[in-house]
Parts: sequence; structure tokens; C-alpha cells
Amino acid sequence: MQPTKFVKPKSLQDNYHSYCPGCGHGIVHRLIAEVVDELNIREKTIGVAPVGCAVFAYDYWNFDVTEAAHGRPPAVATGIKRVLPDRIVFTYQGDGDLAAIGTAEIVHAANRGENISVFFINNTVYGMTSGQMAPTTIVGQKTLTTPYGREISRDGYPLKVCELLSVLDGVRFVARAALTSPKNVLLAKLYIRKSFLTQIENKGFSIVEILSMCPTGVNMTPIETLKWVDTELVKYFPLGILKDV
Amino acid sequence: MKKLLQGNIAFCEGAIDGGLDAYYAYPITPQNEISAYFAKVLPQKNKVFLQAESELAAINMVFGTALTGKRAVTSSSSPGISLMQEGISYLCGCELPCVIVNVMRGGPGLGNISGSQQDYFQSTRGGGHGDYYTIVLAPFSVKEIYEFAKESFLLAEKYRNPVMIIYDGYLGQMMEVVDTETDDGKLNVIIDKPIDKNWVLDGAKDRQPRKIRSLFMAEGELEQHNWKLKNKYDKIKEKEVRVKFYETHDAEIIIVAFGMSARVSLEAVYKLRREGIKIGLIRPITLWPFPYSEIYEIAKKVKKFVVVEMNLGQMIEDVKLAVNGIAEVYFYGRPGGGLVESEELIQKIKSIK
Repeated sequence: MQPTKFVKPKSLQDNYHSYCPGCGHGIVHRLIAEVVDELNIREKTIGVAPVGCAVFAYDYWNFDVTEAAHGRPPAVATGIKRVLPDRIVFTYQGDGDLAAIGTAEIVHAANRGENISVFFINNTVYGMTSGQMAPTTIVGQKTLTTPYGREISRDGYPLKVCELLSVLDGVRFVARAALTSPKNVLLAKLYIRKSFLTQIENKGFSIVEILSMCPTGVNMTPIETLKWVDTELVKYFPLGILKDV
Repeated sequence: MKKLLQGNIAFCEGAIDGGLDAYYAYPITPQNEISAYFAKVLPQKNKVFLQAESELAAINMVFGTALTGKRAVTSSSSPGISLMQEGISYLCGCELPCVIVNVMRGGPGLGNISGSQQDYFQSTRGGGHGDYYTIVLAPFSVKEIYEFAKESFLLAEKYRNPVMIIYDGYLGQMMEVVDTETDDGKLNVIIDKPIDKNWVLDGAKDRQPRKIRSLFMAEGELEQHNWKLKNKYDKIKEKEVRVKFYETHDAEIIIVAFGMSARVSLEAVYKLRREGIKIGLIRPITLWPFPYSEIYEIAKKVKKFVVVEMNLGQMIEDVKLAVNGIAEVYFYGRPGGGLVESEELIQKIKSIK
């Protein structure tokens, strides 16, 4: 039997990542790159990078990538897809980008049934700006701007974006994954693949939320963060397919 | 062909004849005729029309289309253009060509829906954050709206920079005969070398992947980017100034006005000339780049300037910079959607003569 060889997907550049130890971005970048390779769509894929740590995604993926203003990737992706409908267009957005400043853009892109894929990285904090409360910060969670923990009376409840979007008619596929085990990582990849296929089949809008780790932002070690996502975060953000029509 | 066109519709027809690919906008008065026209016509021409959920979304849809190398347009009026400023800053930082129309109304705040020229500062000083400029065109007739719309894509693509066309609500609503066969009102944009499109994102087929960005984090990288932009802006200043002179050859007093104010001023010039007063008009067509040296040349001979604007006095600052202290600069204007009147202007001129 031949030994399994570890190779980089063609859709990843041969660069070092700028991400912190234990960060989930590198894993998701690779999953997307693997799926793009497997579907043989690298030469027609255009990615939209967010504001946040993953803005540098254009230095990591080996296909066309643009930046976008904070929260606006779904509008930018719309502008690309409408004039180049045969290209594969996706946005890669964090929780602050997608669930706070960009709520209008994501809701309306979803509601239009915009034929794009959205990969939503939920790590419960604003990582790049040093770990402030995000819309998805869970109740009681301590962050830079909730030093005593998130309080419902002051900050409200964590926003369940996927549940919110799944009721819209233009939305065809919604799933939530986590990166907490090899099995969950493979499920995340399966959902990413399904999202791209939804677009390739011209079915409309799809979103994959990925519960990710930001050890620096949540102020835990990488292992503690992984365990915290696996035991605490999934209680509020249950994993699985929310919609597939 | 001769047509009777409303200003806003002339913009639409000019943009279509100029090769528009996609239009995105959010409703706002007094420019709704543009969306209504495009909504009807663009689908028939297999072009993109999409009503956005906000001006923020509209300008970012423009960003998305522009980065593919296709020709994107948005239109709005003053409060909506304020909302777009973030996007315009990104478009300039990323060097993406597009066309933005501002059919100006009164402000600040919600203001009113009457015509105005209150966004001169906002348009000519970048408007958003950072060191940047948009090319700003100020038509003063329905024919000019048509021609500027038609040629604006070339100007935008030549420099990889957004072009703004700004006119007041009066001009947008006004109807005039437009003869598309005649040359008057043309910008005559010179394309001296093929427009480079080796930056567009359309999928990395048979080429290296590309990226569009305005983020430059490496030491000194952003400074270099800013110097590069400055070189471009200097070239635009050198090549693209457009200005028109009326009766300036023997003038002893000069009016400077753009857009609707220039039309009213022209009426005043002809009336005063009949009374024997030697008066002329300078009409900047590009508000950025501004015709500083052209005005300075005239200021060497003429010592009295009157700036006429439908605002509290914004372009007057550029005229003062242009004359650089060698001539007196007076002001007549009306803010808040009031239309300047030739009789009031005539009285003003007589009072300073």
C-alpha cells in the first residue's frame, strides 16, 4: 500500500498564514481550497474576503480574490455574480462582518436568492480588533467589551443568523458545522461542497456557518478553546443541516 | 437624432450609448426617473438592473461589477451619496472605474427635495476618508448630461478612477431638445493607448490569480500606494481640465459658476452686456480637476470676480485659490434649494461695479 502523501491543494498558495496558533481560519481556507480543486472550478472562482483577520485570504488562496468593506461582501458578490453569472462567487465573512455591520446585506442577498455561497466563520468575537463582544458572543461570555460577561439585559441574546436566514424562500441550503474533531471537519467540508454545488446548479443562496476557534480573542489556550466550542458553543448553536431544498 | 429629453433620462440614454453593463440604486428624490427608466429598458437590452436594499449596498454592488471590468453605474441624491462615501473611498483605494451620479438636493440632513449645489465640497474633496479624488463633471444642459454620461466610462477606465456627474434637481427635471448627431457638449476624452484590463477579476484561467485591495500593511507600502495615486491625480489635473469661457475677451468683471447657476449667470451676462457692462463668465465643467491656472490667467487682467452658486459659498474657495490674491472675489448664492435669479445677480453686480 502506498503511504498517503500530504499535498497542498492547488487552490492554496505556498504562503505562511498570519493566523495565531489554534485559529480556525487556516482549516477553513484549506477546506474551501480542497473543494474548489475537487469540483475543478479554480479557474472560474472569485472569492470575496472580509474585513478582519481573514482579509489576507487573498494571499492564501490561489484564485481571484477581492477585499470588501466591512459587512459588504454579499453586495460585492452580487455585483460580481450579476455580470458574470457563470463564475463561482463566494463570500468569507466573520461574525462581526456578517451578523452586525452587514446584517442588511446578508439578509437581502439571501432574500433575493442571490446565487452565491457564503461561508460564515463564527468564533464569537471580533478577533482582529482584539476580542470585543460580537453578535454571536454567548451569554455570560467574557470579552474585551463584556469584562463581566455578556448580559441579556444589556446586550440581548446571541444572534442565530442561520436560523434567521433559513426561513427565507430564496435560501436553498443552510448548515452549521464546527472544527472540533476530524469528523466535524469532514462534515464542514461536506457542507462547503454542498454549498458550491447549490450554486453550480443555479439553485440560489446557500450559507455554511462554521463554529471556529479564536483562542487569542476568547482568551483561552487552543485546546481549551476547542473544548469550549465543542461543549458550550454548540449548545446555543446546534450543528447540522438546517435547510436543504 | 433630435429628441426632447428630461435631464435624468438624458443621463440614462447617454450611459446606455456609452456601454453601461449594470445599474444599481436605491430610491431617492429627485432622481427616481433614472431608476424607472433603467428598470424598464435594461432587461430588454440584457443588461443588469437591480434595486439595492440601501445606498451602501448599491455602491458595493457597483464595486463588485467594477472589479470584473464591466461598466457599473449608480445614481442617487445628496443624502444617498453621503451614505456611499465609504464605498467611494474603497473604489478609489482599489482603483476601480465606475460612474456615480448625484442629482443634488438641499441639505444638510434630510433637507428638501429641491435642486441645489450644496455637495460641491463633498464631491471635489473626496468625500470619504483618505487622500483621494474622484473626477467630477458638472453638466449645464440636458445635452451635456447625455454626452458626459456617454463618455464618462472612458474617463473612468483611462484612469481607473470613479467619475462623478453632479447636477442639481432642476437640471435633472428640466426638458430640452437633445441632438445626438451634433458635437456640442462632448468631453472629447482622448484614449491615446489601449485601456489596460489586466487587473480585472474574472477567474484565474490561464493566468496568475489576481487580487483587488486597498489594504497595504507592509512597512511603507501604503505610502507608496498613495504616491502612486498622487501621480495619477497629477496626470488628471494636467490632461483633463474642462472649462468654458463666455464673453471674457474684454471683460472687466467675471462671473464664475457651474451647472444651473451658470445658465442663470449667462442670462445676466447677456442682459448686462446690452447695458454696456463688460462682463464675462467662466464655467468650470470639471469641478475636479478645477481650472485653477485658467482662472489665474484671466485674473492677471480682470480684478473683480463674482462666484455664483446654489449654496452658501463652496466653489468660491477654489476661485480664491485660483486668483491667489490678485483679484477681488465676491459671492452671490442661495442655499436650501433656492434657485439663483438673474435679476438679483444683476443687482449684485451693479452694487460692486
